[in-house]
Amino acid sequence: MKEFIIRLVYVEMLGHDASFGYIHAVKMTHDDSLLLKRTGYLAVTLFLNEDHDLIILIVNTIQKDLKSDNYLVVCAALNAVCKLINEETIPAVLPQVVELLGHSKEAVRKKAIMALHRFYQRSPSSVMHLVSNFRKLCDNDPGVMGATLCPLFDLIAVDANSYKDLVISFVSILKQVAERRLPKTYDYHQMPAPFIQIRLLKILALLGSGDRQASENMYTVVGDIFRKCDSTSNIGNAVLYECICCVSSIYPNPKLLEAAADVISRFLKSDSHNLKYMGIDALSRLIKISPEIAEQHQLAVIDCLEDPDDTLKRKTFELLYRMTKSSNVEVIVDRMIDYMISINDNHYKTEIASRCVELAEQFAPSNHWFIQTMNKVFEHAGDLVNSKVAHNLMRLIAEGFGEDDDTADCQLRSSAVESYLRIIGEPKLPSAFLQVICWVLGEYGTAGGKYSASYITGKLCDVAEAHSSNDTVKAYAVTALMKVYAFEIAAGRKVDMLPECQSLIEELSASHSTDLQQRAYELQAVVTLDAHAVEIIMPSDASCEDIEVDKNLSFLDSYVERSLEQGAQPYIPENERSGMINICNFRSQDQHDTSTHTLRFEAYELPKTSAPPRISPVSLAPSTELVPVPEPSYPVETHHVASVPSVSDTGSTELRLRLDGVQKKWGRPTYSSPASSSSDSTSLKAVNGVTQSDVSSTSTSRTRDSSYDSRSAQGEISSEKKKLAASLFGGPSKTEKRPSSTSHKVARSTSPAVEKSQGPKAVASSTTGVVSEKAAPLQPPPDLLDLGEPTVTSSAPSVDPFKQLEGLLDPTQATSAANYGAVDNTKAADIMSVYSEFPTSGQSSVIANPLPTNAGDANLIPGLSTTNKTGHAKGPNPRDALEKDALVRQMGVTPMSQNPNLFRDLLG
Amino acid sequence: MIRAVIVMNTQGKPRLTKFYDYMPPEKQQELIRRVFGVLCSRAENVSNFVEADSVFGPDTRLVYKHYATLYFVFIFDSSENELAMLDLIQVLVETLDKCFKNVCELDIVFNYSKLHTILDEIIFGGQVLETSSAEVMKAVEEISRLETASNTITLVPKSISGWRS
Repeated sequence: MKEFIIRLVYVEMLGHDASFGYIHAVKMTHDDSLLLKRTGYLAVTLFLNEDHDLIILIVNTIQKDLKSDNYLVVCAALNAVCKLINEETIPAVLPQVVELLGHSKEAVRKKAIMALHRFYQRSPSSVMHLVSNFRKLCDNDPGVMGATLCPLFDLIAVDANSYKDLVISFVSILKQVAERRLPKTYDYHQMPAPFIQIRLLKILALLGSGDRQASENMYTVVGDIFRKCDSTSNIGNAVLYECICCVSSIYPNPKLLEAAADVISRFLKSDSHNLKYMGIDALSRLIKISPEIAEQHQLAVIDCLEDPDDTLKRKTFELLYRMTKSSNVEVIVDRMIDYMISINDNHYKTEIASRCVELAEQFAPSNHWFIQTMNKVFEHAGDLVNSKVAHNLMRLIAEGFGEDDDTADCQLRSSAVESYLRIIGEPKLPSAFLQVICWVLGEYGTAGGKYSASYITGKLCDVAEAHSSNDTVKAYAVTALMKVYAFEIAAGRKVDMLPECQSLIEELSASHSTDLQQRAYELQAVVTLDAHAVEIIMPSDASCEDIEVDKNLSFLDSYVERSLEQGAQPYIPENERSGMINICNFRSQDQHDTSTHTLRFEAYELPKTSAPPRISPVSLAPSTELVPVPEPSYPVETHHVASVPSVSDTGSTELRLRLDGVQKKWGRPTYSSPASSSSDSTSLKAVNGVTQSDVSSTSTSRTRDSSYDSRSAQGEISSEKKKLAASLFGGPSKTEKRPSSTSHKVARSTSPAVEKSQGPKAVASSTTGVVSEKAAPLQPPPDLLDLGEPTVTSSAPSVDPFKQLEGLLDPTQATSAANYGAVDNTKAADIMSVYSEFPTSGQSSVIANPLPTNAGDANLIPGLSTTNKTGHAKGPNPRDALEKDALVRQMGVTPMSQNPNLFRDLLG
Repeated sequence: MIRAVIVMNTQGKPRLTKFYDYMPPEKQQELIRRVFGVLCSRAENVSNFVEADSVFGPDTRLVYKHYATLYFVFIFDSSENELAMLDLIQVLVETLDKCFKNVCELDIVFNYSKLHTILDEIIFGGQVLETSSAEVMKAVEEISRLETASNTITLVPKSISGWRS
C-alpha cells in the first residue's frame, strides 16, 4: 500500500489526475505503523490544500499524533500541520503545538516553532498571545534559537519599534556566533552558522533603519564580520552581501560604508556572474546613501550591461534606473529602450517600458526629447504600456509644459505633428500609439499652417483604412477628421472632402458599431454647417478648457418645487419603489410566463406587473402605458387625452408589425436632415467639452470598447453626459408644449417625454446602465420587440408612472436657455434658433441612437397636422422606446458587468 | 520564505516538486513548464539567479544549479539570500550524495519518499531548518531505522526494504 501511495504522488507530480487516491492517503495517516503513517502524512501534505474537504478527517489524527510519545510521529504531524491547517482549524491544534515547545528533543522544538511561525503567516491574530515566547529567544540549543529568528523576522518586519529592546541581545548573539562560540557542528564550510548570521543581519537591518542609537550598537559587530568573513567561499560572500544590505539600511557609518564599498568592488571584479550580480544589487542599495561610490565602478557596470547574462543585465538596468538623474537620463533611457526592443519577454518589456516612461516624465531635459522618447516607447511596446501614459502624452502636448510661453508650446506641437506624420506610414503600429497620433493630428495637424488639411486628412484616412478591424482607432481617426474639417470651416476656408475620405465616411455610416456610425454622421453634419456654428461646436485648441456641468441639475429645483405645490408626488428612488412592485408582480406572474422563457433575471419580472388587472394583457397592453401617464400631471386635459389611447390602441398592433419590417432603415432620414443634425452636433459639442476637460480627448468617453482604462472617469463622463442630455430633453417638450392647444399635441409632447425620462433615470440608477444603454441600440430591433412585447410594455404603469413623468418633467421645465447656460451662455442664442426648429431629434440623439428617429418622426408628422397620423406615429414610438428602456433598466438593475455577453444571450 | 523546490531533469520532466504554498496540480505543471523554459534558454557560465516575477508573481527569485542531468531549482522571496540559497542547494545535493553514494537521477526516481524525508529535514514549512548535511543524514538514518523497527513484520527482505524506505 505504501508503494501505491508513493506512486500516486509521483503520478500527480507528472501531471496526471490522482484525486481518486486522496482518501487512501488520508486513511493511511490513521495507520499505526510508523512507516505507513509517515507515508500517509507525506502524501496528504502533497495532495491536499488547507481548504480541502478531506482535511476535516485529518485534524483529529493530527491532534492525537501531536501527543504521541514517538517523536517521529510528532514530527510528521507537525509537518502536516504546516501545510494543512487553515485559519479555522488553528485553534484545534494550537495548544498541542505550544506544548511541544517544551519537548525534550530539539528537533521537535524547532519544528514546533516553525509551525507557530506558519500559523502566524496564516493568521497573525491567532498566535499573538504567544509573541512573548518568541521574544524569549534563549533556548539551550542554538538551532532552536535560530529557528526562532524566522518568526521574529516576520514580526519585526511588520513593526520594528516594539522590538528595539532586543537589539542588544541580537548583537550579542551575532557576536558570539561570529566569534565561533557555537559548537563545531554548526559550522558550514568553515563558517560559523552562516544562516543564523544572515538571519540576524537581516533583523538588525530592519531594527537599525533610521534609528541612530540602535545602529550604533551594531557598528562593531558588523565591522568584525566584514573583517572576519572569508570571501573565497560562496557562503562567506552571502554573509558579506548581507552585511552590505545591513549597512545600507542602518544609520550610515563612514567606516562601514567604506568596508562595504571595498567588498562591492571585489564582487564586481570577480569572474563569477553570481558575485557580479550580488555586487550590482549591493551597489544599487548603497547608492542611495553614497552616490559617489558608483563612479569608481562605472566600467564594471558598463561591462555588466553588455554581459550576455540576462539576469545580470536586468539587475544592472535596475541599478541604472535607481541612479538616474536629469544629467544622465538621456543615455540611460536610450539604453533601456534599446534593450526593450531586443527582448521578447512581454512581462519584462512592460516593466522596462513603464520605467522608461517614468524616467522620461520625471527627468526629461526637453520637450522634444520627451516626445521622441515616448514615440519610441509606443512604437515598440505600445500595447504593453498603460493607456494612461497615452493620455498623459496627449495632455502634455495639449497643455504644453505649463509655462505661459505660447511659442514653445507651438513648437512642441509642430514637432510632435511632424514626427507623427513621419511615423504614421509605418506598418504595425500599436493601437494606443495610433490613437495618440490621430488625436494630435486632428487637434494640431493644421494648426501651424505647415500642412494642408487635405494632406492631413489623407493620412488620417489611410490610418482608418489600414486598421479596419480596430474600431477604436477608426473612431479616433474619424474624430480627428471632423476636427480638421471643423477648423478649416471655422477659418473660413472652403472644405472639399477627399474622395477617399468621403467613401470612408460612407462606409462608417453603415458600420456595425453605432459609435462609429454616430461619428460619421456627426462629421457629415459638421461639414455642412457654416463657419460660425462650427466655431461654437468645435472651438480651436480648446481641449484643455474646462466645461462646467451642473451635475445636480439645480436649475430644476424651482420647477420641482412648483410642481410639488401643484400636488405632484415627490420622487421616490427606484430602489424604494421596487418592493411593492414585486408584490403585484406575484399576482400576474403566471399569465406572463410565456413571455419570459428566454431570459430569467429577477429584473425581468418587474415589468410584468400591473397590466392584467385593468386590461386584458394581450391586445391592449401597448395602450396602457399611455393612459396613466398623462392623467396625473395634466388633469385639465385628461378628457382629451383619454381619447388618445383608443387611437393608438387600434393602430398599435398593426404598427408594431410594420415596424418590424422597416426596422433597418430607421435612423437615416432624420440624421440626414441638416437642421436636426446641427442641433445634434450642438449637443455634441457640449459632450465634447465635457470629455475634453476630463481626459483631453473627445472621443474616448464615447468609445465603448476603447482601451481607455480609467473606467471610473468614463462612467462619470457618461453620467454627466446623461444629465446634460436629460436637461436638453426638457427643452423640446417645453417649446412644443407652449404653443400646443390641442389635446393631441399635449399627448404627444408628454409621450416622448415619458420615453426620455426613463432613459436618463435608468442610466443614472446604475453605472452599468450607462453601458447597456449605449449597447441597447446595437440590438436588432425585432428582438427587442419580441422580448419586450408583453413584459415591457406594461412597465410604465407599474413603476409608478407619475414618478416617471415627474422625472422627465423636470427636464421639461428647464428652459433651453438654462440648458445652454450650462454649456455656453454667450453663444446660445444663435444655436437656439436652430434648435427650437427641430428640438426633439437633436436632443434625443444624445441619449441613444434609435431615439432620434422616433422623436423626429413624431416631430415631423405633426407638421402634416393629421391627428390620426399623429396617433399612429406616436403610438409605436414611445412604446418602442419604452420597451428598449425597460430592457435597459433591466440590464441596469441586473448586476451584469459584461453587457456584450448578455446581448449574445439575448440574441440567442 | 522558500516557495517551492523543484528537481527536474534536463528534458523538463519533474523528479521532485514541493510547493510550500498550495498550488493546484494544473498550476504546478504550468509552473514547471515555464521554469524549464527559462532554464533551458540560459547559457552556460552565467549566474545561477533568475528573477522569476513573470512566472511566480512579484518579489520572487529563482536559484538553480545544474548537476549532470538534473536541475535543482529553489524559488523564494526577498527574505532569503540568493547566495545562501545556492548553498542550500549544495547542502541538499551533498546529503543526497552521502545517502545514495554517488547520486544519480535513477536514485531519485526510485527513492522518492526518502528524498522527501531528506528535504523535510532541510526545509520545513518554507523555512531553512538544518544546513549541516551530517545532521540531516543522522536524522534520516534514525527515521529509517525506527521505521523498519516498527515494521518488523514485513514480508520484504531487509536488503530491498533498505532502498524502498
